[in-house]
Amino acid sequence: MLSRTADNLFWIGRYVERAEMMARLLAVGGRIALLPGVHGYRNEWESLLQASGTSAGFGRKYDAPVQRNIETYLFFDRDNSSSVVSCLERARENARIVRTALTTQVWDAVNTAFQEARQLERTPRSELDLGRLTDWTMRQAAQLRGAIEATQLRNDGYDFLNLGFFLERADNAARLMDVKYYVLLPKAEYVGTGLDTYQWQTLLRAFSAHRAFHWAYGGEVTAAKVAHFLILNRQCPRSLIASVSGAEQHLTHLARGYGRSSPAQSQVRGMLGELAELGVEDIFDEGLHEFLGRFVGEVGALTARINEVYLSGDAR
Amino acid sequence: MTEYFNEMFEAGHVRAPYAGLESWVAAMPAELRQMKQAEAEALFRRIGITFAVYGEGGDPDRLIPFDMFPRVFTAAEWRKLDRGIKQRARALNAFLVDVYGRGEIIRAGLIPAHLVHHNDAFEMAVAGFVPPRGVYSHIVGIDLVRTGPGEFFVLEDNCRTPSGVSYMLENREIMMRMFPDLFRENRIEPVDGYPELLRRTLASVAPLKCDGDPTVVILTPGHFNSAYYEHSFLADMMGVELVEGADLFCEGGFVWMRTTRGPQKVDVIYRRIDDAFLDPLCFRPDSMLGVPGLMDVYRSGGVTIASAPGAGVADDKAVYTFVPDMIRFYLGEEPILQNVPTWQCAKPEDLAYVLDHLGELVVKEVHGSGGYGMLVGPKATKDQIESFAARLRAAPEAYIAQPTLALSTCPTFVEEGVAPRHVDLRPYCLVGESIELVPGGLTRVALTEGSLVVNSSQGGGVKDTWVLAE
Repeated sequence: MLSRTADNLFWIGRYVERAEMMARLLAVGGRIALLPGVHGYRNEWESLLQASGTSAGFGRKYDAPVQRNIETYLFFDRDNSSSVVSCLERARENARIVRTALTTQVWDAVNTAFQEARQLERTPRSELDLGRLTDWTMRQAAQLRGAIEATQLRNDGYDFLNLGFFLERADNAARLMDVKYYVLLPKAEYVGTGLDTYQWQTLLRAFSAHRAFHWAYGGEVTAAKVAHFLILNRQCPRSLIASVSGAEQHLTHLARGYGRSSPAQSQVRGMLGELAELGVEDIFDEGLHEFLGRFVGEVGALTARINEVYLSGDAR
Repeated sequence: MTEYFNEMFEAGHVRAPYAGLESWVAAMPAELRQMKQAEAEALFRRIGITFAVYGEGGDPDRLIPFDMFPRVFTAAEWRKLDRGIKQRARALNAFLVDVYGRGEIIRAGLIPAHLVHHNDAFEMAVAGFVPPRGVYSHIVGIDLVRTGPGEFFVLEDNCRTPSGVSYMLENREIMMRMFPDLFRENRIEPVDGYPELLRRTLASVAPLKCDGDPTVVILTPGHFNSAYYEHSFLADMMGVELVEGADLFCEGGFVWMRTTRGPQKVDVIYRRIDDAFLDPLCFRPDSMLGVPGLMDVYRSGGVTIASAPGAGVADDKAVYTFVPDMIRFYLGEEPILQNVPTWQCAKPEDLAYVLDHLGELVVKEVHGSGGYGMLVGPKATKDQIESFAARLRAAPEAYIAQPTLALSTCPTFVEEGVAPRHVDLRPYCLVGESIELVPGGLTRVALTEGSLVVNSSQGGGVKDTWVLAE
């Protein structure tokens, strides 16, 4: 497979995953906005901008972080390279470039998402409530993943597509959890309070995992349980270990298919091994923020290795 | 008032090839037609077959209008076209080998040397080089028009990289999907063998240095190109890689592509970029689309480029006039397909005639394409004619003129129902180890009433083209 093709496939996965994360954030924001302002010490919408890493860009364009502006910026705005529409547009652009490496159904899913996004852009905003936008985005992402699972040949292209999904998911999940400590809850003395619990629940919602969490753990929502669920529990499809494990499987598949192992494969095995050994108390001993920062750095290094070995075309 | 040949109706009767369509169209009420038309458009958009027009801006995902009314040829009509097209493709390739070799046709005084050697498309860089199997133009697109039951004229030859073949294939797919009954009731020759024939043609011209199964790739300028869909469609249908210049590099006398497994040798490049952009070391130094060193590898027999650099000298509108002479000279045959009579404005006596008759002629730029920069005399206003005359006097050698042909019409779906619209035809002839032509081509139709300009950039549409089996 051409390195450029692999690179495009990888980024289709990343963009679609990123679009979905934006929609999840918006959904959570919309939910918080419906609650009475009991935790009024900080604008909750502002924390969403922080979580999505778009706070600075938003500030340059808009004054107040009110819902309408945030919806516009995170969903529609083409100046925001992480907005849902931007991500879907670039996913489609990448897909158009590698049409030959995709099945008709996968192309259809990406293209339909883009065409419908353009229709949404033309629809009067009064007809678009937030729920419709976020549901729509998650449905598009689900349809694309379904098309990939159901029709895409299990070759190296499939591995690169999925690597994009898993690495983006791992990165986004870690960043989102990190925000919990540094934006949602800036003061250490809040830890363990009712406010803390409420915010952990919000985080679970962002992962669409609050009901799954109760099935898996039951009882009180505690920091230790939530951290275990979102970081170390393989049953949670968006947990860090599930994403790293997914990346490991695809890198192993690639190495086997190409008949040679790669430094990316060794690295991902190291990451997976560490997570598998880890207990939640180890994470809290290290400090959640420190742990997550290190994790994001490792995902970045892994991405760089994959790029070096497979995507850049410079490997001999 | 000119009488136009109507391909379906002749003196009130339905001509034989269209007999199968009379009841079909009669049984289609307006609502059904509109529904089908919308369905066709949705299908085209879904598969992503779109066409961006240079310089027009607007929607980059514009569709070329597809007209559902098929254009039909009988087996006998096609036999003549088939022989004529293959004959022309052979002669054009013989001409190219000759002008980059000994130049016998020039020595014989049949074609003026300056027309060849001073031509912009003439590449000194390949003089003396004979490509594998002596083929310069591997895909020859010959634009044909019809003026009567047996009268076909060649409007122009395309020896470089004729586009549009994906429409020929997709139009058929969509017609078969929407009107399967039509294909059961009529015996229509299939065209879907084209991609495999193209792959075989390209593999058959692999360089001598290639041992084993040749690796074929398509070289595209990239996804911003208006024909990108076609490039990716053909790569997909042939099962070959679609590469950009940056995916290739030259090393050790070969061309390699960058893959996830490391470098892989490339033997045949079907390029869809112009000569000037192929190799910044040999042609335009500012080209980002090409591959540095490609021409050196090519000339040392490490890779085949299709069409070969320099092939464009055979499809120049000024050289076109001499194609009948080429056929007689190289093949010792009489041309089966006629040229349209052409005045060379570079000749003073021709220029005088053209200036006197601008109102009835079509004047084209010698190097132009896509229907830009041309004057259709009978459709032009007095002002347009006058300003064009000034341009013509300023640079007569840049123009040729032809009589306004009475282009045949084919029934076409229009707002009010069905009406005749002018059509042309571009079949795609493949030249490699053998010469192949699939029975069909791209029919372009001028959708505006009375218009003779069928170019998609000027509001033309496309039709499925049928050749009936014996």
